[in-house]
Amino acid sequence: MMHTEITPTKSKVLPPEQKQTIFGWTKKNLFNSWFNIILTFVSLFIIFIVLKGTLTWVVTNADWEVIRANYRLFMVGQFSEEEIWRVWSALLYLTLLFGLSAGIWKGTIRQLSFLLTAIYVIHLALPFLSGHTKIWLLSNIVTLFASYVIGLKLPKGKMIGIGGWLFSIIVILFFLQGFGILPSVQTSMWNGLLLTVILSAVAIVGSFPIGILLALGRTSKLPIIKYFCIAYIEFIRGIPLITVFFSMQILIPLFLPEGFTVANIIRVMIGATLFTAAYMAENVRGGLQSIPKGQFEAAKTIGLSSIQSTFLIILPQALRAVIPAIVGQSISMFKDTSLVAIVGLVDLLGIAQTVKSNPAFLGHHMEVYLFVALVYWVIAYAMSYSSRRLEETLGVGKR
Amino acid sequence: MEQVMPKEMPEKEIIRCHNVNKWFGKLHVLKDVNLSIKKGEVLVILGPSGSGKSTFIRTINGLEDIQQGDIVIDEITLSHDIKHIEAIRKETGMVFQQFNLFPHMTILKNITLAPIWVRKKPKKEAEKEALELLERVGIPEQANKYPGQLSGGQQQRVAIARALAMQPEIMLFDEPTSALDPEMIKEVLDVMKELAKSGMTMLVVTHEMGFAREVADRIVLFDNGEIVETGTPEALFDNPQHDRTKLFLSQIL
Repeated sequence: MMHTEITPTKSKVLPPEQKQTIFGWTKKNLFNSWFNIILTFVSLFIIFIVLKGTLTWVVTNADWEVIRANYRLFMVGQFSEEEIWRVWSALLYLTLLFGLSAGIWKGTIRQLSFLLTAIYVIHLALPFLSGHTKIWLLSNIVTLFASYVIGLKLPKGKMIGIGGWLFSIIVILFFLQGFGILPSVQTSMWNGLLLTVILSAVAIVGSFPIGILLALGRTSKLPIIKYFCIAYIEFIRGIPLITVFFSMQILIPLFLPEGFTVANIIRVMIGATLFTAAYMAENVRGGLQSIPKGQFEAAKTIGLSSIQSTFLIILPQALRAVIPAIVGQSISMFKDTSLVAIVGLVDLLGIAQTVKSNPAFLGHHMEVYLFVALVYWVIAYAMSYSSRRLEETLGVGKR
Repeated sequence: MEQVMPKEMPEKEIIRCHNVNKWFGKLHVLKDVNLSIKKGEVLVILGPSGSGKSTFIRTINGLEDIQQGDIVIDEITLSHDIKHIEAIRKETGMVFQQFNLFPHMTILKNITLAPIWVRKKPKKEAEKEALELLERVGIPEQANKYPGQLSGGQQQRVAIARALAMQPEIMLFDEPTSALDPEMIKEVLDVMKELAKSGMTMLVVTHEMGFAREVADRIVLFDNGEIVETGTPEALFDNPQHDRTKLFLSQIL
């Protein structure tokens, strides 16, 4: 057999060395024509005005007492003082998972763990937090590092890591809700960032498999399945999220036997999940359509059944192609949770409304909104950053 | 491979097509095609583009369904029953013009996928066989790369290895060299020649006249959905009977 190997021939000629000085770069990129020179100066002027105004306000005019005094409220709302260890324990479990996964998979999850560490360290440096809180923060940091080291060495790490994540929702809900073993904390007491994060996590994680099934159903050859999926997707996409929240308040009790109630938070979770699933389905369908027909044919000709070819060949490629859309949908869901205020749940933005109408802090709504925006931004940016990283890592087999 | 046997011995017809008719909408693309292929035979299908030769080869493993006629592969009649189609697909391997490797998997995974999931082979055994196949097609060192990192010729050789991994009785080639740069055509044809020598039953749709003359046991000329002429390479190239054949050969040679 012939070996016609394409080996890259080592080129002995190096590219011409390019010395890039700061001066050279500015000249090339900012001052290379009269028009650009004017544009540069105008832009600099605008940036200067905006920055100066903002920074002066942040440093001198703003009174951050409103954030300091209500910090606990923003984070966990009315979760009672005696039971707060449960929120910390749930967080500690998450920290443990992040550390382990950082050790096992490295890459994106390790960078997210850095971010988590940075957030803990910043909080540790905040002067107004109690000693009790700082002990918890410190133990989170220690846990993160310890579990990272363990994760690096753990045999069968991936299995344990995936198991840990699958288990995480149950563990976290156990700590927060108690399941009758720990004293119950009413779900109406779950407010602030805690509620925002739980709601969006449930909606995103829950909508993903439902969305995939809907997308596959929409391409199905069986008319009943196909038209059910189309009807569902098109109906949900045609109504606003608020309507879904409202109708869940009314509809879910109708389906339940008398004397049986479902907590408001559960109804909202179901509504948000079903709503996001319709959008996820359309994203996934976009991915399915991007797969060339030849892939289906090749899968058939080597003898794979249609279920095998869907899960081994088509979905892995389709999902990879639509990571940006899926993450975009997740970010948008995360921010849309702020609508739950309408049905009486108090999320991060809801707390902001409460705090700014507290007579003691009247007139400080700017500080409150800026702070809330910052919290939303950090989390949303972490999501979009990891999506970009994930695309790069998975780009290996790209055609 | 097991089926190394002398070419004269088997007389069994492994593919029988009887009065095959197919329409795309109102377009009659296959008209009363009758063709039988013996085990171990290498059949090359020639014809101008749009003559129905690719469509015909794709009906053999059920990628295209037919509206009239019968196709019997190794005593299994091709029908709408998915069980029959799946049984036939396990007997036949196919190589496409566009390679159609799975871009998200390494070369090794591409080849071991079907043996592991369809034939239920242990992973170790499937990988061992895959490496032997890569050796056979001349690129064992590429096992852990992704398809996108390989040249077209290498990808097509991997596609052949992937089809062979299911130990098929029949190999179908649908213009396997048409998407390749000229300098890569030879490496793929060499693999196909070796396969033909080993006694594999092969149906090859191609425009490579040199390959047809050298390797084919029999050549079929398709035009306008019909078989115009059938014969040995010598008979067809040197002494064509039909005007259509003469015209086709004069245009292509």
